[in-house]
Amino acid sequence: MQLEALEGRVDRGPRGRTPVSRERPSVGPGGRVGPPVTGMRGKETIVAATETAGTTRRDFLYIATGAMGAVGAAAAVWPFVSQLQPDASVLALSSTEVDLGQIQEGQIVTVKWRGKPVFVWNRTAADIEKAKATEISALIDPVARNANLPADAPATDQNRAAEGEGREKWLVVIGICTHLGCVPIGHMGEFDGWFCPCHGSEYDSAGRVRRGPAPENLAVPPYKFVSDTKISIG
Amino acid sequence: MKTTMTFRSTLLRPLVAAALILGLAAPALAAEGAPKPHREDWSFAGPFGHFDRAQVQRGFQVFKEVCASCHSAHLFAFRNLAQPGGPQFSEAQAKAVAESYQIQDGPNDAGDMFERPGRLSDRWPSPFPNEQAARASNGGAFPPDFSTLAKARTYEVGFPGFLIDIFTQYQEQGPDYIHALLNGYKETPPEGVTVPEGAHYNEYFPGHAIKMPPPLSADQVTYTDGTPQTVDQYSRDVTAFMMWLAEPHLEARKRLGFQVMIFLIVFAGLLYFTKKKVWKSVEH
Amino acid sequence: MSGHSTFEPKHPALKWFESRLPLVGLIHSSFVAYPTPRNLNYWWTFGGILSLMLVVQILSGVVLVMHYTPHASMAFDSVEHIMRDVSYGWLLRYMHANGASMFFIAVYIHMFRGLYYGSYKAPREVLWILGCIIYLLMMATGFMGYVLPWGQMSFWGATVITNLFSAFPVVGPTIVEWLWGGFSVDNATLNRFFSLHYLLPFMIAGVVVLHVWALHVVGQNNPTGVEPKSEKDTVPFTPYATIKDGFGMVCFLIFFAWFLFYIPNYLGHADNYIPANPLVTPAHIVPEWYYLPFYAMLRSVPDKLGGVLTMFGAIIVLFFVPWLDTSKVRSARYRPLFKQFFWIWVVVCIGLGWLGSKPAEGGYVIAGRILTIWYFAHFLIILPLLGLFEKPKAVPASITEAVLGKSKGGAPASAGVAAPQTKG
Repeated sequence: MQLEALEGRVDRGPRGRTPVSRERPSVGPGGRVGPPVTGMRGKETIVAATETAGTTRRDFLYIATGAMGAVGAAAAVWPFVSQLQPDASVLALSSTEVDLGQIQEGQIVTVKWRGKPVFVWNRTAADIEKAKATEISALIDPVARNANLPADAPATDQNRAAEGEGREKWLVVIGICTHLGCVPIGHMGEFDGWFCPCHGSEYDSAGRVRRGPAPENLAVPPYKFVSDTKISIG
Repeated sequence: MKTTMTFRSTLLRPLVAAALILGLAAPALAAEGAPKPHREDWSFAGPFGHFDRAQVQRGFQVFKEVCASCHSAHLFAFRNLAQPGGPQFSEAQAKAVAESYQIQDGPNDAGDMFERPGRLSDRWPSPFPNEQAARASNGGAFPPDFSTLAKARTYEVGFPGFLIDIFTQYQEQGPDYIHALLNGYKETPPEGVTVPEGAHYNEYFPGHAIKMPPPLSADQVTYTDGTPQTVDQYSRDVTAFMMWLAEPHLEARKRLGFQVMIFLIVFAGLLYFTKKKVWKSVEH
Repeated sequence: MSGHSTFEPKHPALKWFESRLPLVGLIHSSFVAYPTPRNLNYWWTFGGILSLMLVVQILSGVVLVMHYTPHASMAFDSVEHIMRDVSYGWLLRYMHANGASMFFIAVYIHMFRGLYYGSYKAPREVLWILGCIIYLLMMATGFMGYVLPWGQMSFWGATVITNLFSAFPVVGPTIVEWLWGGFSVDNATLNRFFSLHYLLPFMIAGVVVLHVWALHVVGQNNPTGVEPKSEKDTVPFTPYATIKDGFGMVCFLIFFAWFLFYIPNYLGHADNYIPANPLVTPAHIVPEWYYLPFYAMLRSVPDKLGGVLTMFGAIIVLFFVPWLDTSKVRSARYRPLFKQFFWIWVVVCIGLGWLGSKPAEGGYVIAGRILTIWYFAHFLIILPLLGLFEKPKAVPASITEAVLGKSKGGAPASAGVAAPQTKG
């Protein structure tokens, strides 16, 4: 409505073009239609004579102000988004130590790391043997999913278990089913590993998914041996 | 434009009158006991203020070797020592400091609490298990926690100083008071003042009788960087440390503040000219 | 003056939507085509500034709650956790704390402007009363917000203010216990204050909608106090008022940023960095600066109930200003005597504020009494009498006449008018 009103009012200048026309309405910050440029009738000719320079300068001003406002608004949003990330005290609590000396053969203990359960399993020779005998081709997920190894390492038992002489009995995995985040139950299911009660995913004695909807093997968290009987996760 | 001018002058006149009335009334009505702390020259004051790393590191040393034997700092974590904007020790140094302390953890699988070397995520261990224990060991007085202490102490500035402080950005009442207090002990109280048993005369402490014995003495803490080992220097350093402890993001705040100010002033300028353009043809 | 939307969507999709919910048309008529008097000065930008501050407070508050713990033993440390560990937590917390003060600075200027230019007079009484309700809600919100960090001033401020209600005979002590949810200010008090502090800003936002609605029904007042008589007297809200409000807001943000980034604790109390201790009262307890005038009035009355009634009365009296002011002329610009008394009253308010920060003893109390009496006399005696005895200056026939009358050269009326708005 405003545009039309302007159209009707603006007289044509000497060169037949005016600063405000249908093709090029003056647009202010936020895409609003600009104010009437030719205000006082007495000044009409002056406005018309300086039209080109006046138009560009005005447009530049509007664009610069609008751009500045947009940049400011975007920058102001950042702290409100940034505060969502884990805070400094949470980030600092990222390592947990586990004393392996307390874990009997065949026992799985659950420890908390970053608020999540981590399974530490002291596997028997039979468990290890079974895991080693499984062919990679029989696995749903052929990748090791071990944070301590390259991302494309194959899911052999050696790549899943702890590294080093006499340490292969230790299996350390994050106790969260890779399907939708439930905690699987140990020593259950057909593959002697874990069984997830939520949707029936089954894992073997190397924590590899063998059946059910879970797409990936149980993840191995970053950890290292600080002594022969102690690991530090994270 | 003319209207705003007249409006402004009508606005100013009563304000000046009010200022005069209040200004005359203030000294007559005010009754002050303690002298005002001297305003020290702090590196962290003003719009571009920042902490002097070496000073805050020395201050931490004084805190660790002297203050921490009675005062807690329960919000202070070892990781803070390595974060930007403070003493900025290296992570290895901060870790070494943490490991030199035994931290209570637990319960373990047997249900017992146990002690282990500190980690970066641990908080500074308190010298006393609770307030009652602290009082019992300190003649009934509770040594205040250091976490926010530099912002929790102040003194009355009065009129018109408190208005001037808005423009000078003076925010260092706390550090000035703490520095004054640490240097304000008098071995013999002035004529006619008696200090109760177990208390000490301090010029700047409200009521003058403070339970804390003079905590600092010359050469008490050994500096490795050749800084003079005087009470005044110790108190400055530990005050700077306390200010950082109370306001660990002071540097980031002032840095961001400068950027925001520049942005807003330029934006306001652009808006002003845009507004002038828009209103050019309308008399108002 | 009606501000009817002449917005007609061109795009078919928009047309479809608009015929079912004329939302864009409403926005267009309220914030684009809405006619505003052409002579508004910068004191009129504070309405926009207040809207901005309400948004800032709600946004920063919602985000702070994501990290805050409303529990007596954890509240203080959780605020410090925000200050230390949360990304930009210090910024958000200082923004919220100083934003409250900025909100009150803006609302006081807004109210003083209304009182100076007679914006409360017919037909704007409801508009004014809605504003007073917003102010009351703001005071309650600000008070409860200050309790949340659970420092010494939080605790003792809550104790003193809730104890005000014990002044009422018979039911007083029961009211106070019900406010506390116990026998002293404690965890239950903190939790209910937290709940209400979160709720009230949305109620404020609701009343603000009514306030703006009422404003758009009766139209804005202006420095002359003369109603717009023709289209020449007004300009469309956009771009004229929007750009001016925008400039005013950014200038206000500069002022805000000065406090936020450089002196963030200036308007607070050092004692609030000491965790709440129910056994020790700080030596000198004062409320937040924006309550100081009322605090001074409370203390200047020697009787407990009398003091409380005086304090509440100081706010209640504002609701009746439209009827207490008997003058036919709105703007102080044409009321020479009222103008003098208005500024005296402003000085009285500032003086009361200063006295509120001083200990209640000796000369301060006497000065407080004199100023309290003047505060009430201004509304109850001076305003009604001024209307009867004051001889106002000649009021211009229209806004346009007032505007052109002061412009240099005295251009003829027809030439000076831009007529920017043409009814379509």
